[in-house]
Amino acid sequence: MSMNTPESSRKSLISSPVVRAVAALVPLAISLVILTWGFFFVRDLQLVKNTIPQLFIVVIAIIWGVGGVVLLFTTANFFVEQLPELWVHRLQPFIFIGPAILMLTWALVIPTIRTIISAFFDEASVGFVGMKNFVYVFTNPAMLTVFRNNLLWVIFGTTFTVSAGLIVAVLADRSRFEVAAKAMIFMPMAISFVGAGVIWNFVYAAKPVDAPQIGLLNSIVVGFGGQPQAWTAFFQPWNNFFLIVIVIWLQAGYSMVLFSAAIKGIPAEIMEAARVDGATELQVFFQIMIPQIMGTIIAVSTTVVIFTLKIFDVVWVMTGGQYDTSVISTEFYRQYFTYNNNGIGSAIAVVLFIAVIPVMVYNLRQFAQREVF
Amino acid sequence: MKSKFAGSLLVNGMLAVICLLWTIPTFGLLVSSFRDRIDVNTSGWWTIFPHQDWVSVQEVTPDASVNRDVPMTFKADSGTSVTAPFEQLQIGVEKDGYRFQWIGNRRVGYLEIQKYTWTSNTNFTLENYKQVLSSGNYTAALKDGTTETALGDNMTHAFLNSVAVAVPATVIPIALAAFAAYGFAWMKFPGRKMLFALVVGLLVIPLQIALIPILKDYVALHVNGTFLAVWLAHTGFGLPLATYLMFNYISELPRDILEAAFVDGASHFTIFTQLIVPLSVPALASFAIFQFLWVWNDYLVALIFIGASPTNQLITQRLAEIVGSRGQDWHLLTAGAFITMILPLAVFFGLQRYFVRGMMAGSVKG
Repeated sequence: MSMNTPESSRKSLISSPVVRAVAALVPLAISLVILTWGFFFVRDLQLVKNTIPQLFIVVIAIIWGVGGVVLLFTTANFFVEQLPELWVHRLQPFIFIGPAILMLTWALVIPTIRTIISAFFDEASVGFVGMKNFVYVFTNPAMLTVFRNNLLWVIFGTTFTVSAGLIVAVLADRSRFEVAAKAMIFMPMAISFVGAGVIWNFVYAAKPVDAPQIGLLNSIVVGFGGQPQAWTAFFQPWNNFFLIVIVIWLQAGYSMVLFSAAIKGIPAEIMEAARVDGATELQVFFQIMIPQIMGTIIAVSTTVVIFTLKIFDVVWVMTGGQYDTSVISTEFYRQYFTYNNNGIGSAIAVVLFIAVIPVMVYNLRQFAQREVF
Repeated sequence: MKSKFAGSLLVNGMLAVICLLWTIPTFGLLVSSFRDRIDVNTSGWWTIFPHQDWVSVQEVTPDASVNRDVPMTFKADSGTSVTAPFEQLQIGVEKDGYRFQWIGNRRVGYLEIQKYTWTSNTNFTLENYKQVLSSGNYTAALKDGTTETALGDNMTHAFLNSVAVAVPATVIPIALAAFAAYGFAWMKFPGRKMLFALVVGLLVIPLQIALIPILKDYVALHVNGTFLAVWLAHTGFGLPLATYLMFNYISELPRDILEAAFVDGASHFTIFTQLIVPLSVPALASFAIFQFLWVWNDYLVALIFIGASPTNQLITQRLAEIVGSRGQDWHLLTAGAFITMILPLAVFFGLQRYFVRGMMAGSVKG
């Protein structure tokens, strides 16, 4: 059996695991090349596209983006499955989670570290300045206004979003028009902040005193004999509240949906028992319902707090951060792009990051207690 | 019985008031977008409803030779006549139930004779939409018969751009997240718990902290200003939530289905594509809607990665730009805003159930 004809040796060569693995690398390599080429092709299409019809670019873009992901997984998996059993088990998990983890690392983990580092450097990210940027952020009078505004956002935005959502959820739960009413309150969730900005700018629109008012709010004010106001501009510091209203309007639907589900989860017997014992509806609400849905209240409040901390679009579109309405996120944008100050811009982003760390820790602790892992 | 009826009336009444408050702003926008531009900028949208106002019954254009610097005399068909200087006519002179109102400036204006009566402003038109959607110059027909030529806002282009950004920016993270969620849920490997903790930790990270380093990478790769830049950014920012949601769903699929498939000799890849993906359609759809709306409505990411490039601008940027440059042109703003809203609203009302489910599954989003 030691005779090795050329033919049989070729056969064994093809069936040898190493060669199979190398051969299986070919499709993976080809798909990587296609992806990379596609990356530059799509990029260049975008850069010199005056002559190319836009629809064509859109189609190519979708094919590259979506097809690329499928191609990559298929060929990478094909490669791994050609390997010996042991290696399939070792490597396959990383084919599945690898792309996501790489993406997260590139898009979130590394940038966070880079931003934290540049927060300790000067405006061009060249010289080390220690805590100087943070000192500026926490002592500059303009920055203090920014923090005051964000505090207003967090306190009033959250309180009213949560209570409006809760009230609607409770009312809708007892109404025959529940579905319709909830859809109406929820609808703003589908609208962008820029769109919502236009909607409310129109509500707040102000015309000169002697002209007919086209903004609903000023029209009502004038109707009651008042003077028209530029609500979001020179009406300081109340203009912040007129901006906060927009976010309450947008987000109440979110809290309503979660509260609605929580209320339906309260055992009916508990509330019935309380009513039989002679509790008024208000007592039932405050002493039974609220404690029962406390978990949801905390969860919704946390989400809205994070949301209002990061608020950008509404302020940027409505006032551009002028008239003392600037918030952390708009100031971050201004430092980077108007003043080209990397250091302070990064320091502001880091402040935002530090503000959400407690929530992050809480989420991780909840996760650690789960049994799945 | 009576108190129960009163209670239900109170509940429904309060609910109706809140619903009205919540929908009126959007309704006003929608109505205004269809109104003639002269009307939009001179009267409130609520004047489309019947109300009492001064309505023109007759117009008199005085001869050019008439001296407008001395009191002028006008006579209505009904016989009422008024003599008043220009300044008074400009404010309006009332007599016998008529009002004599000068419209326009002193030299080329005319006199309107008005009566106080029931009326409604219902000059509806599609001109506003045509103008915001068109590229190049657009000549709009106005209600008084004149035309006005202005540069269109080319929102059609921006709309298509937004589609081109939103579709891949929805599908790519879902594909990546579904694979990863399966890996976390059904495969054993070192570092599994730690890597998933990373996903959970990143759920609430404010994306502001990541924007600038990514921008620097993009500038180095020359992708800044392209759709590619926005897809990759949204993929990265959407992944933690997508993975988290998909994991919650996939890890709760019944174990015996998978074990049966393994006994039959199916590989992980086959199980994933043939079994898990079809079973996960509800979760995939929930996240898809969520992410699609998120990307469509996003402004900050587009602002930073696409920037001022006019050809690649997304619809939210386009609208924000109109707000900035023509903030008083309400006929354009209302129509433009509604165009940005039309697709999300259609998705929302068509697939509300999935959307709500997705939202409840993961209540934090960075």
